[in-house]
Amino acid sequence: MTGVDVQARDVSKTYVTKRGEPVHALDRVSLEIAPGEFVSVLGPSGCGKSTILMLVAGLIHPSAGEIRVGGEPLRRPRADASIVFQRDVLLDWRSVLDNVLLPVEIKRLDRGRYRARAGELLKLVGLTGFESKYPSELSGGMRQRVAICRALIQEPRLLLMDEPFGALDALTREQMSLDLQRIWNAARNSVVFITHSIEEAVFLSDRVVVMSPRPGRIIETLPVALSRPRGAHTRTEPGFAALVERIRDVFRTQGVLSS
Amino acid sequence: MRAWRWLAEQALVGGIVVAVFLGWELGVAALRVPPFILPPPSQIVRHLISARGLLLEHTWVTVTEVLAGFGLAVAVGVPLAVGIVYSRIFEKVAYTFIVPLQTIPKVALAPLVVLWFGYGLLPKMLVACLIAFFPIVIASVVGFRTIEQEMLYLARSLDASESQMFLKFRLPCALPSIFGGLKVGIGQAVIGAVVGEFIAAERGLGYLQIVSSSRLETSLLFGAVAVISMVGLGLFSLLVVLERLAMPWYQPAHPERPGA
Repeated sequence: MTGVDVQARDVSKTYVTKRGEPVHALDRVSLEIAPGEFVSVLGPSGCGKSTILMLVAGLIHPSAGEIRVGGEPLRRPRADASIVFQRDVLLDWRSVLDNVLLPVEIKRLDRGRYRARAGELLKLVGLTGFESKYPSELSGGMRQRVAICRALIQEPRLLLMDEPFGALDALTREQMSLDLQRIWNAARNSVVFITHSIEEAVFLSDRVVVMSPRPGRIIETLPVALSRPRGAHTRTEPGFAALVERIRDVFRTQGVLSS
Repeated sequence: MRAWRWLAEQALVGGIVVAVFLGWELGVAALRVPPFILPPPSQIVRHLISARGLLLEHTWVTVTEVLAGFGLAVAVGVPLAVGIVYSRIFEKVAYTFIVPLQTIPKVALAPLVVLWFGYGLLPKMLVACLIAFFPIVIASVVGFRTIEQEMLYLARSLDASESQMFLKFRLPCALPSIFGGLKVGIGQAVIGAVVGEFIAAERGLGYLQIVSSSRLETSLLFGAVAVISMVGLGLFSLLVVLERLAMPWYQPAHPERPGA
């Protein structure tokens, strides 16, 4: 499994509200992601960062500009990409295992072949023994882990994550970052990770893309030079704090944070 | 501790029920109310037991009408809801007919149905269906529409076909709401069947009521009422069991009671 490259060129997205007023969600955004690169898109609420994700997922279409994945123009959701939403979107009527195997079932692939892989994924996120539980029996963090396993079951070359830890408490969130980092280290697919947490973005990414409030524009792209594999020790490295502070500075000049 | 509280609550409820019936029994005796106006509960129970063969025979007729009418309402109502959810034109046309129909008291249509379809099973079944139909359609439409946007995105990102979308996403999402509609509908179907029997019938619990009323057999009349209520309760409980079987995952929310 290797990553796939993504190129977005001058992508704009304008919505029309129910009252007929246009809303410029994104304004000429250009973004390139190398195969196997982990890129975070960081910005305040309403900066259109989730719109970028929906566009790269092929679930909505740009008003202007072009997106290519693996060199091909993107027209519809790709079979080698998968999404993790902010809410886990687990199917309440399916067991944990059946939720993880949902994509396999929808695509009418051999369930037996993926059964072992589902078990491995669940083991990786510490959910061995929960296969036959229903989602309602799990905590928020566990549910989101199941959603991540579901996204990984087909070994996607592109993983799109829309504030996946946004609904979790701070401690669970930190643990989820550690787990995701570990999983990605093994998988090395391309990742677009949408977040509003500076620390989370720096901790996980190869590159952090910082966006301005509406209309969403990319105002800064910062490479993260911290060594991999990362872990609890990463947050104590001087480079970590320095980069976090630098991104705060960017938000201060934007007026998103007060100085 | 909790077991004690549960027991105390049950005892309280049971005690109140017993007190009401005891008051009835003693009140009727003390005030010398004639039994054809208000028979004492003991006489009703005795009559229920002695006339059990007769009651059972008529119960069976009514239950058949209720189930046939309810079944028809489900068989028409749920697919109709699917049509309404999937097609805007269909929605407009269907609502143009359904909404005005709903504003008519269906009971008022019962004589017409009897005029058209005579004395047998069919008119009672149709009246039951007519009354049960609306809550089933509305609850199903609401159910099919409750699916979250992200879930639709998920389905689309997996390239799910339209039939997969329905069977694997929309239908299970809608089940809690559909069962809600069915639970309202089954009670309505009982009303419909009994009203149909009031108007024109030779059998059934509604018919039995009319007959015992005209003969001043008030305790049998009460017996029929009790059995009708048991029929409704029984069918409702059956639906609750079916609901649990169909949705083993489902845990209805138990919000704290206000003031508790």
